[in-house]
Amino acid sequence: MDNILVAKNVSKSYGNYTALSNISLNIPKNCIYGLLGPNGAGKTSFIRIINQITHPDTGEILFNGEPLAPQHISYIGYLPEERGLYKSMKVGEQALYLAQLKGLSKAEAKKRLKYWFDRLDIGDWWNKKIQELSKGMAQKIQFIVTVLHEPKLLIFDEPFSGFDPINANIIKDEILQLKEKGTSIIFSTHRMESVEELCEYIALIHKSEKILDGKLSEIKKAYKNNIFNVGLEIQQDADALMENLNKNHNILSSSFDSVENQLDFRVQLPSSHTAKILAELSSVANVNRFEETIPSANDIFIQTVNKKDNDR
Amino acid sequence: MIGKLGLIIRREYLAKVRNRSFIVMTILSPLLIVGMIVLIAYLTKINDNEKRVISILNESAFFHQEFKPTEQISYIHLDGLSLDDAKDSINSMGYYGLLYLPYGKDVEQVAKSAYLYTKDNPNTQMTQHLEGIIQRRLRQGRLEKLGVSQDQFSQVEQPFEINLATFDGEKSVKGINEIKAFIGGGFGYAIMMFIIIYGGFVMRSVIEEKTSRIIEVIISSVKPFQLMLGKIIGTSLAGITQFTIWLISASLLLFLAVMLFGIDLGSMAESSNMPPGAMNEMSQLATMDSEMMTYAREILDIPWGLLIVSFFIYFVLGYLIYSSIYAAIGAAVDNETDTQQFIFPIILPLMLAIYVGFFSVFSNPHGPIAVGFSLFPLTSPIVMLMRLPGGIGEGGVPLWQLLVSIALLIITFLGIVSLAAKIYRVGILMYGKKPTYKELIKWLRY
Repeated sequence: MDNILVAKNVSKSYGNYTALSNISLNIPKNCIYGLLGPNGAGKTSFIRIINQITHPDTGEILFNGEPLAPQHISYIGYLPEERGLYKSMKVGEQALYLAQLKGLSKAEAKKRLKYWFDRLDIGDWWNKKIQELSKGMAQKIQFIVTVLHEPKLLIFDEPFSGFDPINANIIKDEILQLKEKGTSIIFSTHRMESVEELCEYIALIHKSEKILDGKLSEIKKAYKNNIFNVGLEIQQDADALMENLNKNHNILSSSFDSVENQLDFRVQLPSSHTAKILAELSSVANVNRFEETIPSANDIFIQTVNKKDNDR
Repeated sequence: MIGKLGLIIRREYLAKVRNRSFIVMTILSPLLIVGMIVLIAYLTKINDNEKRVISILNESAFFHQEFKPTEQISYIHLDGLSLDDAKDSINSMGYYGLLYLPYGKDVEQVAKSAYLYTKDNPNTQMTQHLEGIIQRRLRQGRLEKLGVSQDQFSQVEQPFEINLATFDGEKSVKGINEIKAFIGGGFGYAIMMFIIIYGGFVMRSVIEEKTSRIIEVIISSVKPFQLMLGKIIGTSLAGITQFTIWLISASLLLFLAVMLFGIDLGSMAESSNMPPGAMNEMSQLATMDSEMMTYAREILDIPWGLLIVSFFIYFVLGYLIYSSIYAAIGAAVDNETDTQQFIFPIILPLMLAIYVGFFSVFSNPHGPIAVGFSLFPLTSPIVMLMRLPGGIGEGGVPLWQLLVSIALLIITFLGIVSLAAKIYRVGILMYGKKPTYKELIKWLRY
């Protein structure tokens, strides 16, 4: 099996409200899988089903090839979006308790906690109460508790909310490290910028339906529309040149800087074939920039969501 | 799975008993309660010790032996003073009052124009006492006129008490039903207090988990039902710890107080506000040794074993039912102020059980109301316990009633716990909604 998690036609509704409708997903092992969608799309509902907090009305979930069952809980680590800790409990005691609930022995939990506390440089917090810590500090504890039992599948729901940029970076590095060690990670967010650098696969959920999924690089390839940004250093008259180019090519926009004699434009080509236009441009001017515009995850997200909404 | 439940119970227990307000309450409450008791006993004693002095200005030829001092009243005879002088003197000497018996040709005439002068409105008990003495003398006088001698009169005045027995021939005594119901009521009352106090703790602890947002972290490791059960059991163990500490320290303190202050708790019980029927008659009768024996036997005859076993059954089931409702309420709301509308319907059956219990079980332990409420599952833990000191079988609770009541309680327990667990499961993940009853019913179908 190379999928850690497979969802087949999963549906869930609460009364009249449909949270998930017929979702099928394959989440490969040892990768970071982005679960994307606007707020209220159904991401958290889906994650709760994986964590067996709720159960699907119909459909099936396979974990590592087996139907999802209670014993899988100890192989899953979950950092919920709505997260917190017992305020009046001491840090160490609380971490031990949560680790033991995940099935670790007390001694083992203590050993691993010491490792993580040293690693994130928070060893002296052990006897502090959570209410004495700042929000960011509590989030660090929360992260440790989530990964402590070395789960095969880690689920992060908006992991960076509540972190300052420095700590967010530390956590991001830790997540990448865990992936290196072979952990599969589901990463649920509506913030696209973090998706680009972390996720290899994504699924887009919108209004309880999956509207797109696959490898991020392939999705991007599919969504690119052969638009190129071109920069030319010219000697001749810019307007005449543009007029000429406009005859043969679909120029989307252009701008001319007369001080630097720099002409920039965006052009859409009929195919990804670039040799012909490059030859043509090189013959008339010095090409100092020629790059394909690859749609960002954010563009794809907005584009697909809008398309879906317009289709209705 | 059992291991996880154990972990939860342990955490809930420790979280509760380490809580500062819990510790303070545990230590302070026995001190407060014993302090109150000592204070009341002390005040009662002072109150009782005040002997009232009545001075008597007797110008008549009668009533020379009738006024004999009692524990509460003593008499001083003023002779040869005028009424005005007597009034002045008793006022200045601080006596309670002046009984003026003017000259008359017979008792009737003296009595008719007798006066009691007091500074304030006289105490009813005192007035009745004096009236009783005069009336008795009047009756004697009237009978003498009819030719009844003093000896004969004494014979006629012999008090009468009816003999009591049960059908199987055992001698019984007055007030024993009330005493038995009191003992049962004590158990029932303890259950009610425990439910209200520790049910509230369970509810607050659920709300705390919701507001601190830890709930989703926990239930990704354990089932919501396990968490709820662990919470209920852990909190109740903390409660039992607290009750045990209270019981031991309060009895130690009380013992110390009795030793130090020499307070006679018996005298306090007599004068406290127990129902007049039960206690007065008991104290009157208790002077007679054989009656005392009967009481002792009756109280020993109470089936203590049965009572304690059923106390535990009813306690456990009743507490589980109510505290799971409390847990569901805690899960349904976001903060404590929203709980009001849901709490009242819970407290209602408990209050009803106590009041109905005290009224109907006292007057008739086996009447239809008492039976009905001791079968109805939400009130049975309290009302049945009030009936049980009468024993099982003939003269007591029929066995079938006990069994039906427990069976109904178990069925209700299973039903309510599964409903509460459903509301709990949905509620703990709901934020920002002020739930209505309609909403809750919808949750049951999720």
